[in-house]
Amino acid sequence: MHPILKLVAQRLSLGILLLFAASALLFGLTEVLPGDAAQAQLGQSATPENLANLREEMGLNRPAITRYAEWIGGILTGDMGNALSNKLPIGEQIGKRLGATMFLAFWAALISVPVAIMLGLVAVRYLNRWPDKVISGSTLAAISLPEFMIAYILIFVFAVKLGWAPSFANVPPDMPLLEKLHSISLPIAVLTMVVLAHMMRMTRAAILNVMQSAYIETAELKGLSSFEVIRKHAFPNAVAPIVNVVMINLAYLVVGVVVVEAVFAYPGMGQYLVDAVVKRDVPVVLTSGIIFSAVYIILNMIADIVSILSNPRLRHPK
Amino acid sequence: MSNELKLLSTKVTAGTMTRREFMSKAAALGVTAAVASTILADAAYAAGPVKGGTFRMGVSGGESTNSQDPATWASDAPLAGGFIWGEALVYPGPNGLEPKVAESWEGSNAAKTWRFKVRKGITFSDGTAVTAEDVLATMQRHSNEDSKSGALGIMKGIESMRTDGDVFELTLVIGNADLPYLMADYHLIIQPNGGFDNPAAAIGTGLYTLETDEPGVRMTFKKNPNHWAADEMGHYDEVELIVLNDATARTAALQSGQVDTVNRVEPKIAKLLGRAPTIDVKTTSGRGHYVFIAHVDTAPFDNNELRLALKHAMNRQEMVDKILQGYGSVGNDMPINEAYPLFDETIPQRSFDLEKAAAHYKASGHDGSPIILRTADGAFPGAVDAAALFQQTCQAAGIPLEIKREPNDGYWSEVWNVQPYCASYWGGRPVQDQMYSTAYLSSADWNDTRWKRPEFDAMLLEARAELDEGKRKEIYSKMGRMLNEEGGVMVPMFNDFVDGLSTEIQGWETNPSGPQMYWYAFAKTWKA
Repeated sequence: MHPILKLVAQRLSLGILLLFAASALLFGLTEVLPGDAAQAQLGQSATPENLANLREEMGLNRPAITRYAEWIGGILTGDMGNALSNKLPIGEQIGKRLGATMFLAFWAALISVPVAIMLGLVAVRYLNRWPDKVISGSTLAAISLPEFMIAYILIFVFAVKLGWAPSFANVPPDMPLLEKLHSISLPIAVLTMVVLAHMMRMTRAAILNVMQSAYIETAELKGLSSFEVIRKHAFPNAVAPIVNVVMINLAYLVVGVVVVEAVFAYPGMGQYLVDAVVKRDVPVVLTSGIIFSAVYIILNMIADIVSILSNPRLRHPK
Repeated sequence: MSNELKLLSTKVTAGTMTRREFMSKAAALGVTAAVASTILADAAYAAGPVKGGTFRMGVSGGESTNSQDPATWASDAPLAGGFIWGEALVYPGPNGLEPKVAESWEGSNAAKTWRFKVRKGITFSDGTAVTAEDVLATMQRHSNEDSKSGALGIMKGIESMRTDGDVFELTLVIGNADLPYLMADYHLIIQPNGGFDNPAAAIGTGLYTLETDEPGVRMTFKKNPNHWAADEMGHYDEVELIVLNDATARTAALQSGQVDTVNRVEPKIAKLLGRAPTIDVKTTSGRGHYVFIAHVDTAPFDNNELRLALKHAMNRQEMVDKILQGYGSVGNDMPINEAYPLFDETIPQRSFDLEKAAAHYKASGHDGSPIILRTADGAFPGAVDAAALFQQTCQAAGIPLEIKREPNDGYWSEVWNVQPYCASYWGGRPVQDQMYSTAYLSSADWNDTRWKRPEFDAMLLEARAELDEGKRKEIYSKMGRMLNEEGGVMVPMFNDFVDGLSTEIQGWETNPSGPQMYWYAFAKTWKA
């Protein structure tokens, strides 16, 4: 078997084990939290009677192990079940939410990844000169501001003052693509600014590291322009760390944008998960948690595979 | 006002001239924008409601866990949506109860028997006729022994229910002159067969019908042309409810014109927001109040001298100024204020008096150990800061108050109604009887101050069945004074509802029952 295929198979099976562990951990943690779904739903209007009736209906009186086993059984047979709180099918809800999250993450990544890598290359080309300083300074400033602050500033300037973009991102399913993109333009801008610095700095550092090598000097001596040297000789050898950091940022774009979702009232997975935790809607928490874990595991696996493929020494182990 | 301007403004209201054209023509006549705007508004108001358009509400208080089942409603977005697609028997309007599904009602037998006549010829949004059986089934679903409804608490004390032709009849164990107000509860939306078949179907008798529903995101509604009052109310073609839980997102949406109104404008920005030329800030004094509640059966709070010491040590005006930024009024250690019918204004206001506080503290003989007050950001907006202000004034009076900050998560199950002294809030109730029955009756589930006084209970029941308003007011006055002197509830302030509104919206009125004209802005306002 090709070593790469073997690695993928190994990683996948490990990943599935990890998912089980994650689900058990999530279930345990939600059980430890005070209160339950019935209590959370009734809140201040709970009386002993309606609380007991609601617990009965939600099936919360059964032992924790039974509920967990039932959920696992459902997932394995492809049935995510219904939410405890509003009894809507989880699969359908997650489908919509995950679609929205992926839509936002996709467009943010499409813009931020090439821009970050380009800026990194430019920064190395003009090392310690003003373009490098401007790029490093501005991206670091963007990452140093909390994301909600950037969001508020952009909303104030572009939505309230200039009226160019909507202040909240409303994306009904029947909206045409261009309107949707207009609707999410501010969240995309915020996410791009938040992830740009990390990827750009890593690109810059990784390439600089390679730039010390002897073969770079050779390339320069044979008369290549400095940008060509970076593009053809330095970048391919610096790909592994760059891909790693890109993947971490992609994972963040999928699972970590709850604050941006809240500020722009964007109907993504983050808000869904937070609401479910607050309402102790355990099946929703578990299912969302598993999806988030899967995203992390898959992206990390891709990063590892790309690192191996890009490195001949790892590609052909002795 | 010049005749020319008048003519122009009528053109705008008639729809033959745009607002922008009007403003520029008015400017040409030498009228400032502010004056022109007022003229236009007056003209629009005088011309009466304008039909059409979409009313877009930015609402805080919606979660992706929300359901359209009225029994589950506990936050603003679902109940606001519920008022759009459904109706209860009656609705608490600004001038008393308004008939909805019930055309008329009457009490008899010392307010023990109540008969609600179901409006003739009305239909649910699925086309089926509304019958008294549907009303009966609705009430059963919220009150039977399997009920999971948030309304179960107010549905106690019903002896029997039945239908009689087009009349729904309800008999109580003890007479209650305020019963129709209980029937106005937002959980009690009348549904086909009471919602037993499909509680979350959102089929009701409302002015609009639910088109799309994305829990915690948005709901859209379309005008229901078959509603019995479709001509007088519900001027918009469509209504859109957008969940905007983030306060800044809400304000920005209103400022950028993406929504026409928002609820819960933060007091600290309300004045600034009101200065924007296209935005009005509307405040409504309501019955909601913030409280520090002590269990009167638990040491050291079982000592009334200590309770009085704490009550006197509280600087209420400072809290109204600093926590509510003036959008509220001082409380008087009872859950009732002038927004309630039959309120007695002569009950003396509790003074902020550190000397009295110190004297009462001394008289209580408290051993000097820390008095622990639990609070959380979620207890009420500004609860942590209010507790800090309270602690400082207590310190000045020599009272060792200690603040324990609790997490928001689980506050209502682990702290409120469990711990002996904590911060909380009450949304208020339409009438005094309901407020007292909810939280101050010995047997009440939510008696969060453990206030159990047989003489208080007796007065409450006496007032409930008393049909003479003068006598009821007298009894309520006695009860208020009793709580003020001895109760475990410390009420620093009553909070106003603060709503933001586009100046385009006409027909706004205040309703002390809740924010956003108690969620009837969609029905009674229109766009000029």
